[in-house]
Amino acid sequence: MATLELNGLRKRFGDTQVLRQIDLSLTDGEMLVIVGASGCGKSTLLRLVAGLETPTAGTVRLDGRDITQLDPSARDIAMVFQNYALYPHFSVFDNMAYGLRIRGLSKAAIQARVDAAAAMLGLGDLLTRKPRQLSGGQRQRVAMGRAIVREPKLFLFDEPLSNLDAKLRVQMRAEIRRLQRRLGITSLYVTHDQVEAMTLGDRLLVMHEGRPAQLATPMEVFEQPADTYVASFIGAPAMNFLPAILTEHGAAARLDAGPTIRFTDGPRAGPEGMALTLGIRPEHLTVGDPQLRVQVDLIEPLGSETLIHGHLPTAGAPPMVIKVAGRAPASEAIAVGIQAEHLHVFNRETGMRKAPGA
Amino acid sequence: MDRRTVFGGWLLPVLLVLPQLLLTGFFFYWPAGEAVWSSMTSQDAFGEGVRFVGWDNFAELLADPLYLESAVRTVVFCGAVSILAMGLALALAVFADREVRGRHAYRTLLIWPYAVAPAMSAVLLLFVLDPRVGLLGRWLNRMGLDWDYHLNGNQALLMVVMASAWKQVSYNFIFFLAGLQSIPRAVTEAARMDGAKGWHRFRTITVPLLAPTTFFLLVVNLVYAAFDTFGTINALTHGGPGKDTETLVLKVFRDGVVNQDIGSSSAQSVILMLGVIALTAVQFRFLGRRTET
Repeated sequence: MATLELNGLRKRFGDTQVLRQIDLSLTDGEMLVIVGASGCGKSTLLRLVAGLETPTAGTVRLDGRDITQLDPSARDIAMVFQNYALYPHFSVFDNMAYGLRIRGLSKAAIQARVDAAAAMLGLGDLLTRKPRQLSGGQRQRVAMGRAIVREPKLFLFDEPLSNLDAKLRVQMRAEIRRLQRRLGITSLYVTHDQVEAMTLGDRLLVMHEGRPAQLATPMEVFEQPADTYVASFIGAPAMNFLPAILTEHGAAARLDAGPTIRFTDGPRAGPEGMALTLGIRPEHLTVGDPQLRVQVDLIEPLGSETLIHGHLPTAGAPPMVIKVAGRAPASEAIAVGIQAEHLHVFNRETGMRKAPGA
Repeated sequence: MDRRTVFGGWLLPVLLVLPQLLLTGFFFYWPAGEAVWSSMTSQDAFGEGVRFVGWDNFAELLADPLYLESAVRTVVFCGAVSILAMGLALALAVFADREVRGRHAYRTLLIWPYAVAPAMSAVLLLFVLDPRVGLLGRWLNRMGLDWDYHLNGNQALLMVVMASAWKQVSYNFIFFLAGLQSIPRAVTEAARMDGAKGWHRFRTITVPLLAPTTFFLLVVNLVYAAFDTFGTINALTHGGPGKDTETLVLKVFRDGVVNQDIGSSSAQSVILMLGVIALTAVQFRFLGRRTET
């Protein structure tokens, strides 16, 4: 159990600036999820904390102690790797006991800790097996067990569920969260899966091109995305974006497609005619309201709901997705209305969120 | 998945295999058969008559203290060459596996010695080690060390071991480097996170995971040291001083080609052949089992 503090962390590989400026602090027992598209620097950030890479600038502090220059073996941090990275020549028991033996624990203590972790993860019958005799889910559990037995100050998870099938992923996701809560070990969890990001973290760090795009609780990120990148990244299917301009002295936006929508949460500052991007999630569009006409390209029934893919009739208009409960009406064009209270307003130039009064 | 191709008739498969069969038959089975045959014959000194003598040549060899001495010497020589060549190669490969500047140039340079012909490398080594004209040889003598491999058998053995090992380091290096690179990075990183420091990590993770490579190389090196070092040893010492560097292949050559005792020489080469067959069989069995799992 410990706090983690990152100050001004930067990393460059040759000419490529992978991490630009990361400042972050985790409280004791907190689980922070780092999410972003591939290449955004999230794995590099994790490896800097692990000590597997050395930062170009900045410091890493664990429990107040500067560990930036410390070798990974001296950091007391455990990591769960994407491909599990089990020792192929060791049994499950030895995989978990390896780190404990290095620390010089007694045989009895090692046995007790491994047994406890194995029981917690349901690995009791597999302790004598070799990794190659295990299924993907079992390997994943062994990797977890290897981290747990160490009772480290910090857990690092590097996309640990991405090699599992969908069903197992859901199951392990819940299990990881349960274990982390129970053990109360401060954790950093890297993923590109936004469902994992939403469900696992106390807080969420969305990264974009080596920079933190937003750091907040998952619901805050979902409800008030800081910019169009975050807005499009979190939420599935992704948010729809419509070009518009500011009008009525900041009290409303006029869509390029025609209608004017009044802001329900207060006026925005800015010159008349300022370029905006309006964001609206697929579930916040109402079919049957004659505000917009949308040409239907494709209908995807998902069972309990249906996705309608379409676009506005103007040439070169961006695609739109509408989510409706139940079945969708089969027609070539539908009338769609925007639920104004769910509108997200962004500055089109900078992509940043425009809050009321700002 | 079944990857076998099933042929309808027998003509096409036979034709496809024929070139290889001809080559193997012509260059291997025929001479080998000749050797087996002549190992059971005896010729008189003037090449007049050939007599069939059965196992006599083998029995004579196994009772000959000179032959047994040479066999022991060969075992020592092969062991020393293999350990030296593999140890050095592993150390170099570990360094080359690191993320260091110029590692590509370093790797390329390490592979070059393999391209040098054995006799050439021997001659080059003579220039270095000869007690009268060699740079290092003269320096050793000036330092008060009595260095002369023409007279001192142990020094001569040491020299041929080093020369033979030097040739083989490149080959071993390539395999060890490939072996090291096939160890997943994440596994080594996991060991680091688990607290394993350099040497401990090397001993408990790297070495066990290199075991298949090491075993393969051990067999290859033993075969190399036993057979392919003829050129090096012959050029350096001709098996001398006395018989101090005369390994079994050199003895085959001396008895057969120089002393014209074809029967005994053939018997010796048949014994060597059995040795290679045994080593190769062990290797095939072991590697075959590895790939099954």
